[in-house]
Amino acid sequence: MHTISQGRLAFLLLFFAGLALYPLIAGEYGVDFVTKIMIYAILALSLELLVGNVGLVCFGQAAFFGIGAYGAVLLSPQDASASWLWLLPACVAAAALYALFVGALSLRTKGVYFIMVTLAFAQMAYYVVHDTPLGGGTDGIYLYFKPGLDSAIDLSKPHTLYYFTLVFLVWTFVFLAILLRSHFGRALAGIKINEQRMLASGFYTYPYKLAAFITSGGIAGLAGFLFAVKDGFVNPEMMSWHLSGALLIMIILGGLGYLEGALIGAFAFIFLQEFFKSDAIFGSFAKHWQLGLGLTIIACVALLPKGLIGLPDWIHKRLYGEKRIITEKMS
Amino acid sequence: MDLSTFLIQCLNALQYGLLLYLVAMGLTLIFGIMGVINLAHGSFYMIGAYMAFALAPMVGGNFYLTLILGVVLAVVLGYVLEWAFFSYLYDRDHLQQVLMTYGLILVFEELRSILVGDDVHGIQPPELLAGTLPLGDIMTYPVYRLFVSGMCILLALGMYYVFSRTRLGMMIRAGSVNREMVQSLGIDIQFLYRVVFAAGVAIAVLAGMLAAPISSVYPGMGNQVLIICFVVVVIGGIGSIRGAFFAALLIGFVDTFGKVLVPEASGVLAYVLMALILLWKPNGLFKAG
Repeated sequence: MHTISQGRLAFLLLFFAGLALYPLIAGEYGVDFVTKIMIYAILALSLELLVGNVGLVCFGQAAFFGIGAYGAVLLSPQDASASWLWLLPACVAAAALYALFVGALSLRTKGVYFIMVTLAFAQMAYYVVHDTPLGGGTDGIYLYFKPGLDSAIDLSKPHTLYYFTLVFLVWTFVFLAILLRSHFGRALAGIKINEQRMLASGFYTYPYKLAAFITSGGIAGLAGFLFAVKDGFVNPEMMSWHLSGALLIMIILGGLGYLEGALIGAFAFIFLQEFFKSDAIFGSFAKHWQLGLGLTIIACVALLPKGLIGLPDWIHKRLYGEKRIITEKMS
Repeated sequence: MDLSTFLIQCLNALQYGLLLYLVAMGLTLIFGIMGVINLAHGSFYMIGAYMAFALAPMVGGNFYLTLILGVVLAVVLGYVLEWAFFSYLYDRDHLQQVLMTYGLILVFEELRSILVGDDVHGIQPPELLAGTLPLGDIMTYPVYRLFVSGMCILLALGMYYVFSRTRLGMMIRAGSVNREMVQSLGIDIQFLYRVVFAAGVAIAVLAGMLAAPISSVYPGMGNQVLIICFVVVVIGGIGSIRGAFFAALLIGFVDTFGKVLVPEASGVLAYVLMALILLWKPNGLFKAG
């Protein structure tokens, strides 16, 4: 068993403390913006569980996100505000249920085939909301009454939603950190490194992988619920493969195999996007923001094979010209 | 559906499937032989379509000269890209390749936007091929689509010949099985990879140029084709050129007839098909080899 290093603990405490204090100095736009990033961070964490810790590259995470979001809208009563106490678990359950279905079938395949089967199931979910009366077509559906309108935790207030999201971000992080240290998490790490060996030593790996897949889907559903409540609106684009792809990019950019990598990746990706889109810095060139983002990503791959999480080591190496031995590693 | 409609849809399906095959073949070659997942492959298709639009004025609007010029440029582009970016990726994790090629997609998309702009363009087929052939009493069929199908078949046959009958093809096949062994036999594998990559890019660009008069030219057309080509590659079995051929035709027919028979579900049919096939055969229809 391994103990968390002081550097990482300090980083996490500073990170979450910074998020907790941020609304004190930020305007309305900033609060909404960071809420959005935190939701993506939860989503990235859910994918990190699969990709970074089990070695299952899921290219359909957006479906579970979308099901959580559509669940929040479709299950809410038309003319009143629902209580999130039952609505949130219902959305998580709906996403987890679809994950059970998708996982049970797609885990029969491996490698690139697994990537494509998860994509296929996500596309099916996409077309269900896109082309059937259930999902309101391309226009999407509105959530007229946000959950908890008359209660103490009124999620229609941006600050309340911000802290609500932050609590769930911290909860997700801690939950996954504990999960990965448990017997279950060790088994997942074993599957990632050498599944044949796990099978040979008597682990039937399928239920472990399926359980991880369902957990991941459920957490993605949680993120979807939060997103629907934040925007008060859902549309099929939430389930498109572009989002699944962007999520994969986030966690690879941040650094695979580390939960912090997912956090850093989600924040870095969206900040970079906003940075290159900013008119103030790039003027009229800002409409070509993808060029800067693309070049930054290529530079990251070239210089930081471990992802952004390897940045401190890289700087250290540049400054002192020596290779610091990395003593801590998650898995 | 009467006979002539059916025939026309068959021709459409064939033409679409063959075009998909051209793009998917490059993808499966680069993956099967070099072990690189190249997300930017769809961008080459997009680049091709825009070349058909942007290069035409330079050669006086001559369609065939445009094709030749485009292919030459594509070979150069592929050669340089392999040297500058992809040659560093062989030893890396697949997901690092995904990240890098995703970055390349963004760069290509923006360079296209800076150089040519974001407008949708229609392209006229050359005069000789602009006509239609009568089919049955009232139906006609555009000659250009037949030309595209013919070109695709010629290319497919040519590639098949190079791969299975020539010394170059033999070296490439050997290189995909064991890189080090081929190297130790005194074959310049680095150069071989560069040739394969350049060929893959050139074929995708050519597919884009051929498709331009049919599908028109629009931003984001690369991503659309990329994802469906991955479906083709996976159904056929990764690395299998024969598999890609049959899978591309299968998708072509399913997609075309899906649009006619069940328009409301046409978008999802290809994915349902892929899921079913992979659940039945987890390694695709044709295993590479």
